[in-house]
Order: sequence, then C-alpha cells, then structure tokens
Amino acid sequence: MARVAAGRASAAGMPAAPAGPRRPARLRRFWQNPFAVASAIFVALMISAAACAPFITAHAPDRIVLGQELRAPSAQHWLGTDQNGRDEFARLLYGARISLVIGIVAVLVSVSLGTVIGAVSGAFGGLVDALPMRLTDAMLAIPLFFLLLAALAAIGSTVVNIVLVIGLSSWMTTARVVRSEVLRTVNLEYVTAARALGAGPGRVVARHLLPPALPSMLVSSTLGVGQAILAESALSYLGVGVQPPTASWGNMLSHAQSYIFASPLLALWPGIAILLTVLSFNFIGDAVRDTLSPYQT
Amino acid sequence: MQRYVITRIGHSIVLLVFVSILTFVLIHAAPGGPAILLAPEMSGEQIKQAERSLGLDQPLPIQYLRWLGNVARGRLGQSYGAGLPVLGLIVDRLPATLELVATGLLLSVVVGVLVGVVSAVHRYSVVDHFTTGVAFFGMSVPVFWLGIMLIIVFSTSLHLLPSAGAYSLGAPASVGDRLAHLALPAVVLATANLAQIARYTRSSMLEVLNAEFLRTARAKGASARTVIYHHALRNALIPIVTVVALAIPRLVGGVAITESVFAWPGMGQLAVDSALQRDYPMIMGVTLVVSMVVVLTNFLTDLSYLILDPRVELG
Repeated sequence: MARVAAGRASAAGMPAAPAGPRRPARLRRFWQNPFAVASAIFVALMISAAACAPFITAHAPDRIVLGQELRAPSAQHWLGTDQNGRDEFARLLYGARISLVIGIVAVLVSVSLGTVIGAVSGAFGGLVDALPMRLTDAMLAIPLFFLLLAALAAIGSTVVNIVLVIGLSSWMTTARVVRSEVLRTVNLEYVTAARALGAGPGRVVARHLLPPALPSMLVSSTLGVGQAILAESALSYLGVGVQPPTASWGNMLSHAQSYIFASPLLALWPGIAILLTVLSFNFIGDAVRDTLSPYQT
Repeated sequence: MQRYVITRIGHSIVLLVFVSILTFVLIHAAPGGPAILLAPEMSGEQIKQAERSLGLDQPLPIQYLRWLGNVARGRLGQSYGAGLPVLGLIVDRLPATLELVATGLLLSVVVGVLVGVVSAVHRYSVVDHFTTGVAFFGMSVPVFWLGIMLIIVFSTSLHLLPSAGAYSLGAPASVGDRLAHLALPAVVLATANLAQIARYTRSSMLEVLNAEFLRTARAKGASARTVIYHHALRNALIPIVTVVALAIPRLVGGVAITESVFAWPGMGQLAVDSALQRDYPMIMGVTLVVSMVVVLTNFLTDLSYLILDPRVELG
C-alpha cells in the first residue's frame, strides 16, 4: 500500500512550523567558515579560468612543437612543456574544462537518478520499496570500479560515455539519503493535511516530500562532484577515460609518470589541480551540511 | 545460526549472479568485439570462423547460460589473449592482490580507529584539527597521484624504497625485501579509507562519550583508559564496522589503480589489461573472483556484529 496515499492521520494539532534558524542566519554560518569561503572562491576561480582559458593563455593545448619537449618553466611556458612540446599550463586550463564538466554533469545524472529511486521507494512501500533498495545494496556491495573499466573499454571512452558510466554507478548514496528523508516526513501532519486537501501522490512527493530533502541532496551532490572528478582522473590515468590529444587532469598524469626522472614537475601540477578542486568541493559539502543540519556531528 | 548462514549463502549467490549478468550484458552490448577479432590480417570468413569457435555467434542468453554452466562445473574458460586458462592466471595473481588488500585494510582500520579515538577524546585540540586536515587531504587526493608523488620522494630522490614490483628479482627472498616493496602501495591503497574510518570513528565516539553508562563507569572508579577503550570504543565500534564493510568494495576497486602505479603483479593489472583487450572470459573471471572476495568479507563483517553487539539477533 502506498505510504503517500494511506499515511495514518495524526490527531489534532496544527502542522508544525519547520524548525531551525531563518535563512539569513544559516547563510551567515556558511560564510563564517574560512575553509568554506576559501573553497568557494577557489572553485569560482577555477571555473572562470577554465571558461576563459583562451584569454588567459595564448598557447593551444594540443599544439605539438618538435624540439620543445620537456622544457623547464619559463616566461614563455609558465609551467614548462610536456613530452610532446605542448604547453603544460594551457593543457592544465583546458583540462580543467573537461574534468569539471565531467564532474558536474555526472553528478547531475547520479543525483537525478538517486532522487527518483529514493523518493519512489520512500513514498511507496512494499515491493516498490524493497526492489530498488536491494538493488542499491547490491550496487554498494560490488567492486564497481572493475565494472566501470570493462564498460568504458567496451562502449568507448567518449566524454558522454564517461559521464554516463560515472553517473549511473554513483546514485546509491543519494537514493539512500532521499529515501530516509522521505520516510522521515511522509507521516508528518503537513503531508497528511496536503493529502486531506486532495493532493495526488505525484504532487505530494514533488511539493511536500522532496523540498525537505533538498539540503541533504545538496550535500551529497557537492561531495559527489569531488568523487566524480576523482573517478574521471583515475579512469583517464588507466587509459579508459578521456583520450589524447584532449587534455584531462587524469590523462596528463598518466603520461607524466613516464617522465618522473626527466621532469618530476609535470606530475605535480595536474595532481595539485585535482587535489585542490576535490578538497574544495569536500569542504563546501561539509560546510553546507553543518549549516543546514546543526544537530549532526 | 545454521539457517542464517544458509540464507546468507543464498543471498550471496543471487548477488553474484546479478553481478555476472550485469557485467556480461555491459561488455557484450557494446559495438565491436574482442581485440583478437580486430586483427587487420583476418578475412571476413576467418573472423566468422573464430567467432563460431568461441561461441560468439550464439544469442546472448545462450552464451551467458553456457558460461554459467561452466562456472558451476568450476571452469572459467580460456583467456583470448594468452590462450591460457582464466582460472590459472587468476590463481597465480590472487595472492599478491590479497596481500596488498589485507595490508591496506589492516592499516586503514588500525590507524583509522586509533586516530579517530584520539581526535574524539581530545576534541578541538591541536591534534584533532591536524588529523581533521589530514583526513580531508586523504579523502580528496587522487590515489594514483599520491603514489607517483611517494615514488618521486622515497624512490627516485631518497632511494629508500623500491618503486615497483612485489619483490626484488634475482635477490634471495626475504621478509624485509617484501615489506619494503609493500610499504608504498599499502599506504597509497589505505589512505582514502583510513581518512574515512578516522572521521566515522571520531563522530561515533563523540556520540558515545556523552552516554550515561560512561558516567557510571567513571563513577565506579574505572580509569580513563578503561573507560575510553573498553566501554566507549566497544559501543562505538558498531557503526565503524559498517563503514569498514562499505570500504571493502572500494578498497578492492582501488587496488586496480594502485597495482598499475606500482607495477604490482596482482589481479588489478589483469583486470585493466583484459578490459582494454575486451578479453570476455578474463573480464568475467576477474569480476567474479573479485566479487566473491567482497561478498565473503561482507559476510564476515555481518558475523562480527554478533560478537560486538549481543543485542543483534540473527534475522
């Protein structure tokens, strides 16, 4: 029986007002966290730098210059050149585009899927709840990375495929979080009131059950972007991710490892870019969680 | 107990079949075929013949059932690439992978729990802030990059530790040599999980530390050490075990990357190579064996709840 259609009506009493401080106070709490502020600024800078890459560097990221291989940093090449004489700084900037786009779009895929699965299994009980949750358990219990490898090698490593493969394999956390939020609110008075006023299951889920779940969804998406960027870089490092000559932070590292004696610095920059970006998304996600749910440790 | 174990084995088999169907569909659904069928010198007729001899001309469900039937009889087929039995190749490489995974798991659990307890007991101290910083670093750093950096520092610069392989070729086997080879890969593999386990232990301990039974324990004169490690940690361990259980599949996934960075002669490399070559029997075999390892460890963690928490009943 559907939980949204037949929740037990509670006794008398007004619908409780949502607890917690008002929005401006919450936002102030976010901006008081120095790590969160620094991270937000860093992510904003990184996104603008990636978007404005052609205006920041005059070098093309995939222009191979013979005789210019593995040069040290100079005024001409700020971070030196790679094994094919390509400008490392330009590749880093253009690589940021690929890595960020994959990270963000993959999370959009996984959060949408996780929200639908979580909301449906939370709002409707019985088999509609049990089957998706068993699937979630199964997906969490298997070493997915091996499957990602095999899948990408099989279907081809285009950017769209990478996004899909990462997105379709990382929805489980969101699904669990959304389900538990929906289960928490589904029998509250205001939801019962909405049903009593004649709202259908679709409207109840979309207008009354999902909005309270938004903060948790926001947290898991922010943390998810970092994880997706890490996944992309690992796949590219192994050769099944973004394919050369397109630069991504992961495939730049894959080539750099062959030259750690000649140019150890080549291995440094893309790694620091990944580390700082993922770190920022993790700090932001953590700060958002502290801001929105003050009772969790 | 007996009924519980039987039900769990049933669940595990269903899970393994689910994983194998998923893998099978994924690798077969894509256009193209195994790399050996893409050799330019083969004619159309030769390719058709090769497909027939490999059974690739059959409908997918038939191919899957045939594979399943062979597995039930203990056969994993032959690798397309080397022409050798898949099972033999895996058995050759499984010990090295298990050695790495076990060391990584041990390292992340022991150090992670210890760090988490110290952080929680000395909340908001310098130590706590420092470990929080390190934990965030550990959760954000790309595994393979950390590996490359450690190689640059400890191998190519300081010449302290070897950068590749599981042992020195040609040298007499010794425990010291193996441990030296194991050090960097194990640290790299453990980092992300160590960080997460430390965070969970900290928050799990913080919740327990305010509980009334701890006040009782202190009131009856138990020492601080006994209270923390005997009373508090024991109760904080249950959520930690859950995190460890969830960490195992990721640890096993991370092993593919770690083995690639350090040229570790384990199954991870086999997985990467077979995926790139689209060596179907090899991919299926590796995924099956790896999933079995994960399912088995999940089972063991579930059993450990029984030991840790007398309130847990078999369901």
